[in-house]
Amino acid sequence: MSEQTLTLKVTRFRPGKDPAPTLQSYTIPYRSDWVVLDALNYIKDQMDGTLSYRWSCRMGVCGSCGMMVNNEPKLTCAAFLRDYYPGEIQVEPLAHFPVIRDLVIDMSDFMDKLQSVKPWIIRDSEKPVSEGEYLQTPEQLGAYKQFTQCINCMLCYAACPVYGLEPTFVGPAAIALGYRYNMDSRDEGNKERESVIGGEDGVWHCTFVGECSEVCPKHVDPAAAIQRSKVNSATNWFKSVLLPWGQK
Amino acid sequence: MTNIRPDASKLYYPKMPATWWLRQRHYFLFMMRELSSVFIASFLVIFLVQIYQSGSGQESYAAFMERFSSPGWVIFHLVALLFALLHTITWFQSSAVVLELKVGKMIVPRSLVMAVHLGAWIVASIIILWFFIVN
Repeated sequence: MSEQTLTLKVTRFRPGKDPAPTLQSYTIPYRSDWVVLDALNYIKDQMDGTLSYRWSCRMGVCGSCGMMVNNEPKLTCAAFLRDYYPGEIQVEPLAHFPVIRDLVIDMSDFMDKLQSVKPWIIRDSEKPVSEGEYLQTPEQLGAYKQFTQCINCMLCYAACPVYGLEPTFVGPAAIALGYRYNMDSRDEGNKERESVIGGEDGVWHCTFVGECSEVCPKHVDPAAAIQRSKVNSATNWFKSVLLPWGQK
Repeated sequence: MTNIRPDASKLYYPKMPATWWLRQRHYFLFMMRELSSVFIASFLVIFLVQIYQSGSGQESYAAFMERFSSPGWVIFHLVALLFALLHTITWFQSSAVVLELKVGKMIVPRSLVMAVHLGAWIVASIIILWFFIVN
């Protein structure tokens, strides 16, 4: 009996040599328990060692292996071949990001934006260690826990047409993380983040396409974080106008 | 911390095609939601003109209203109605995402928030319809 096979069309781009990326076809053996990342590893190990892509944990934790699979942003370690078989699978680098080589994108812009929202706990003043931990109730934890699940896979950026059209937009994951810290009862950095989250390139760019939440592999729901940040930002603005002396 | 960045001159910068919104159902629906505001705004402008015309005498108003019986205007109003329905339903869907309602310690499910909004909208529509039919 002949072996079942599957065709993958994979983006190839050699920097400094190719003017634009092209698609290269590879026919690989089909295994129902393989994911797209297994297929790429097969190609690299058995067929073409020059293929470049990022991956690490292979279990949906590290967020490294995000790529466009048949035009949808996916973690390739969680995209099973059986969900596409017998059709072809097209694997491309994450949309909206500059391409370094083959399937490897430049994530510098994302890293800058992530840092710009100050994703850490900011305190006006730290209490001495002798006074103990900053305690939280389960309800206080519940206010932001969902937004701590982000693995920085950037699928939400690849799904966001606003980021594709206006690359200055801070974007879903960074805003969701900023919101996560704003909602943390231990944090006092809302005002510091406001200039970025509520600023020119912040939440008001978002037109609520909602696709960021659809593709999020960890169900972080960045679209909700952005819309709620709009409410917070508008509230802050009204406070600054109506109660300039009452601003925290 | 060392900040290593790739040589920008060697990167490939992808461009979004003008037809990006036709590539996926969600994007298409989003664009339809955005487009709906054009039809709703157009309808409102016509409605304001209609109110203005109502003060210009019975004959003049009747002549103005007569135009709306043409097939073109009927189609426009039907399309505007469909877009208004789409806009309203997607608005309630969006509201359910923005509003995180709590009853005690329990978060009210989004489907329930949307159902309450839709229910209130249907009731309000029936009251307005009844008011116009009765009067």
